[in-house]
Amino acid sequence: MTLLKLAIKNLLGAGLRTWLNVFVLSLSFVLIIFSQGLLEGMNQQAEEAMLAVEVGGGHFQHPVYDRYDPLTLTDAHGPVPAPLSALAASGRAAPILVVQGTIYPEGRLFTIQIKGVDPGQAVLDIPTSFLGQDTPGDEVPALIGERMAKLTGLATGDTFTMRWRDARGTFDARDAVVVQVMKTSVQTVDSGQIWVPLDRLREMTAMPGEATFVVLAQDAVPPPEAAGLDGWVFRDPDYFLADLRAMVESKSAGSSILYAIFLALAMLAIFDTQVLSIFHRRREMGTLMALGFTRTKLIGLFTLEGAFNGVLAALVGALYGIPILSWMARTGWALPGDTDSYGFAIGEKLFPSYSLALVAGTTLLVLVTTTVVSFIPTRRIAKLKPTDALRGRMT
Amino acid sequence: MTETTTAAATNGALIRTKDLKKIYPMGLHKIEALAGITLDFAKGEFAGLVGPSGSGKTTLLNIIGSLDAPSEGSAVVMGQAIESLTHKEAARLRNRHVGFIFQTFNLLPVYTVYENVEFALLLLGDPPAVRRRKVMAALDWVHLADRAKSKPAQLSGGQSQRVAIARAVVKEPDIVLADEPTANLDAENSHNILQTMERLNRDLGTTFIFATHDPKVMQYLRRKITLVDGRVASDEAQDGGRP
Repeated sequence: MTLLKLAIKNLLGAGLRTWLNVFVLSLSFVLIIFSQGLLEGMNQQAEEAMLAVEVGGGHFQHPVYDRYDPLTLTDAHGPVPAPLSALAASGRAAPILVVQGTIYPEGRLFTIQIKGVDPGQAVLDIPTSFLGQDTPGDEVPALIGERMAKLTGLATGDTFTMRWRDARGTFDARDAVVVQVMKTSVQTVDSGQIWVPLDRLREMTAMPGEATFVVLAQDAVPPPEAAGLDGWVFRDPDYFLADLRAMVESKSAGSSILYAIFLALAMLAIFDTQVLSIFHRRREMGTLMALGFTRTKLIGLFTLEGAFNGVLAALVGALYGIPILSWMARTGWALPGDTDSYGFAIGEKLFPSYSLALVAGTTLLVLVTTTVVSFIPTRRIAKLKPTDALRGRMT
Repeated sequence: MTETTTAAATNGALIRTKDLKKIYPMGLHKIEALAGITLDFAKGEFAGLVGPSGSGKTTLLNIIGSLDAPSEGSAVVMGQAIESLTHKEAARLRNRHVGFIFQTFNLLPVYTVYENVEFALLLLGDPPAVRRRKVMAALDWVHLADRAKSKPAQLSGGQSQRVAIARAVVKEPDIVLADEPTANLDAENSHNILQTMERLNRDLGTTFIFATHDPKVMQYLRRKITLVDGRVASDEAQDGGRP
């Protein structure tokens, strides 16, 4: 208790030097939490967006379908198994039929995936209701994303030719009209894809009642993979989010270098102060020894003094960090123009997310690092002779 | 060695040194700072080690105060053989039985006068009420009760040394070791300080041992031990009366 009081007293007594260290350390604190929070927020937003727009509560897939292999699409379709049809009928699932095709906007050729979806579905957060509207001619109503629109130069109301192969392998083509350009942060329902009404696609491809996969509602309970599912495979949300999580992990590793630099800068200041402090306060150490301090107590005192920089930094960081970071979490951080290149499904604004684990983990990390860094220079005290210390000499 | 058995060996002397030697290696050579000192100090003495620079005064004081260990011979202080003390035991001896007064005052700059004096009691684990009473009494002895809240930087040299004296005596130690306590003070302050210490010696029975070559201090001593080249050249009793 005495050591604790003395350490605080000495630390506060050092005045500006202490507060400069504390400020630098608190900056590291806040910056680490902020940048980690950004990454966590980004991850959270991306997961939520993917779940809402693409993954739902998981997919039941045709046994042949491999989302990473477009060549499987030719055979990856079949009648929707009865339990899944029942779920779809009750609005708890949405069958999707996927066909490989090409489009020719303004005479250019693009290879795409044509996805048939029920315009009335409410499982995915995609504005499929636009697909239910009538078109002036016999064109197929098509819904595309902003990225696709940008790539192809298509806009709402534009007509283009769409070509595909039906169930028998016969090429067919029809005109389609863009009924809506949707805005979505999820690239995997946008780039290289055209959404059309499921019934029209089934009719165009001669695949009545068929689908490639069935998306379950997020709160739907998947039927057991037993009889009646014809070998359709269930992929849970984790399966789809694995790539995203791996990407976040790799980005976290990259960010860690930045945190290490923040922390190293702050620790350098602490280390420097400790070394200087031990060098300048030799006479004081001698006095303390003359008063009855043991070397162990001296090491404890100086280590505590250093470690308290971390505690003060946490308090100071909380003082200005909590209002700033909370404000950021509420209002979000407007992202610059082209964030697609980051590979994440993030919107125009990024909302940092600060979990208790993040704050507690960072605090613990900084406190432990500060204590270790504070302790290292104090090992010299272990060799200090009281008589040398009193003369202002280091043994 | 237990306190009782060693105390018996010292025949009641508070401090006893026997053939005490301190040798410092200096490259290929050795410097003999103490070359066989045999001395006894009884309770309540007001003694001084005098002699020129390099005669071994401070070295002897440091060994008596368990800040240093002898190379040869023995030094028994308060029944404890300094040469066989561990760091922890030496620290405990200093903490409980020895008060130090330094030439450069050595006050802790971030603490107030009160806190500087209180420090020794904190280490002893005295409760707050006892600490307060003792600190204020010690500050009264040195006439600095009104400066309790001042920082060392706000004090004059004489006042700083009086705080150092208060710090040394507040725990009522058996021995106070003062190394050139007046070296940084003018004549008037030196006499004030010495009178204060003489009064404490008389009132509390504390043993004072000085290391000094200041004639002002020598006038106050009741026993003057002259060291030359690490040996006792003379050991004489004095009046110790004020000049």
